[in-house]
Amino acid sequence: MKYFLLALLALLAGTPFYGLGNYPLHLVIMCLLWGYVYTSWSIMGRLGLVSFGHGAFLGIGAYSVVMLWNHFGVSPWIGAIAGVVVSVIVAVIIGLPCFRFKIVGHYFALVTLALSEVTRLIIVALRDQTGGSLGATPNTALAQGNAWSLGALQFSEKIVWFYAILAVWLAGLWVWAKVDRGMTRLALEAISQEEEAAASIGINVTRSKLFVTLISAVMTSIGGVLYAQYQLYINPETVSGISISLQMVFGVIAGGMYVMLGPTVGAVFTLLLAEGLRLALGDSFKQFPALDLAIYGLMLVLFIIHMPKGILGTAAQIWQRRAAAKAPARG
Amino acid sequence: MLEVSGLTKRFGGFTAVSGVSFSLKEGEILGLIGPNGSGKSTTFNLIAGLHAPSAGSVRLNGEEIGGLLPAAICHRGIARTFQIPRPFRKLSLIENVVLAAFYGQEERPSRGKAHEFARESLNLVGLPIEESARVDGLGAAGLKKLELARALATQPRVLLADESLGGLDHAEMEQAADMLSMIRREKGITIIWVEHIMGVLMRVVDRCIVLDHGELIAQGKPAEVAHDPKVIEVYLGTDAADVQKTVADRTQ
Repeated sequence: MKYFLLALLALLAGTPFYGLGNYPLHLVIMCLLWGYVYTSWSIMGRLGLVSFGHGAFLGIGAYSVVMLWNHFGVSPWIGAIAGVVVSVIVAVIIGLPCFRFKIVGHYFALVTLALSEVTRLIIVALRDQTGGSLGATPNTALAQGNAWSLGALQFSEKIVWFYAILAVWLAGLWVWAKVDRGMTRLALEAISQEEEAAASIGINVTRSKLFVTLISAVMTSIGGVLYAQYQLYINPETVSGISISLQMVFGVIAGGMYVMLGPTVGAVFTLLLAEGLRLALGDSFKQFPALDLAIYGLMLVLFIIHMPKGILGTAAQIWQRRAAAKAPARG
Repeated sequence: MLEVSGLTKRFGGFTAVSGVSFSLKEGEILGLIGPNGSGKSTTFNLIAGLHAPSAGSVRLNGEEIGGLLPAAICHRGIARTFQIPRPFRKLSLIENVVLAAFYGQEERPSRGKAHEFARESLNLVGLPIEESARVDGLGAAGLKKLELARALATQPRVLLADESLGGLDHAEMEQAADMLSMIRREKGITIIWVEHIMGVLMRVVDRCIVLDHGELIAQGKPAEVAHDPKVIEVYLGTDAADVQKTVADRTQ
């Protein structure tokens, strides 16, 4: 299994050299980027903290870098730090009261849902600074025929982005695995099952929840930064609000919340679905602007009912069962 | 070592516990009894930090602990069990107890040490220590044992054992009583035992206090309490003779 994954990684790392052309490479980069963002979401989502507010952190990251760069000429590296700091502050403001006063389950989902929508509305309302719903483009630093500018975090070569985002995605998986093996995961599972009993054996409920929330929020806002710098265009709909937040929840549940590569599989699935819909429906897609959202919603319900462990989780289960069925025959 | 004075809890206009005072001596087993709705569970939850007192104080070795959160109370060395067992069902048996061993003390032990504490606690109450043992297979008595093992793994000095509404038959209750005295003997832990059926408890406790309608109506040695006219009137009723017999058997 380990060698299989390493081989897969090697195959993936060679992607830019297969002569696929720009569009397929772009799709792979987007899969990795969203795979990273979904992985970030699942770090808290799988532990009973189902957030519909991660669009907020994505938006904060994306708009922080672009606004600081466009209005004050601040390097995206510093802008990214600013975005992370703001995300941490917002996560604490939302998380602390929720965790302290036992706002869990549906109520937590509602609070976070409001957060993502408030963020979108703020971005739209500050249209003089943010460009409102038309979105914003970072001022280019590549005017003098430079292929890339490290200081401005702008690269015209997709290959640079491919490796940068591959590295960030791997780092995200590493954090996921680290949390998975840690005592905090057990503590949070205990909290999500029996909060009072968990507190009675000395687990600091608020601190444990805040810990994973901050990790998840920080990682997600870094995802927002990467999205802005890679796409060189952001708008409130694509990096904040209900639609992207719902898409994250859908992607992770579809892929599988409880396995490391589940969120990434979910990202691939969501992206293929979106591209497939675009190709299949063509122009009629534009006439029903919320059609994709309606389809996500419907599929989310179907997944929760029929495949709660997601695509990868279910596949792993079937595989294990087969292995278990074979084992006695061999013996 | 535990000093409760004037403890009061009001929920809106309803006073669940009213001016309750008692003390707990190191190494004893104190019975806390009373009929349903007498305020014993509230008293218990006030000490354990699940509720903050409206008035009064709870002191542990002189330090005020009333109003601290449950996790902080646990770190001070007071562990509790729940009336209705609350296991972490999706975790394995040993994980349930390892968590308590790891987080239960102010200074966190290493993971290896936490496993050691967990195995020791499971052994003490007689539950399996295999990694593969699940919570699912446990019956009512097994779940009660798990509650105890989890509490013990936090290395407490005081154990608050809520045994009321246990859903145990008479033989199982006898076993539970024996287990509490064994825990005191083996680990030197001071125990408050909450119960609403007096019989079995009277055999094991050193002293007991009786609550009714949120007020303390009697305290003393089992023999004194069992013959207290007030206790007989509000609580024991027709069972008085049985309970007095249990106490008498014990002294023989």
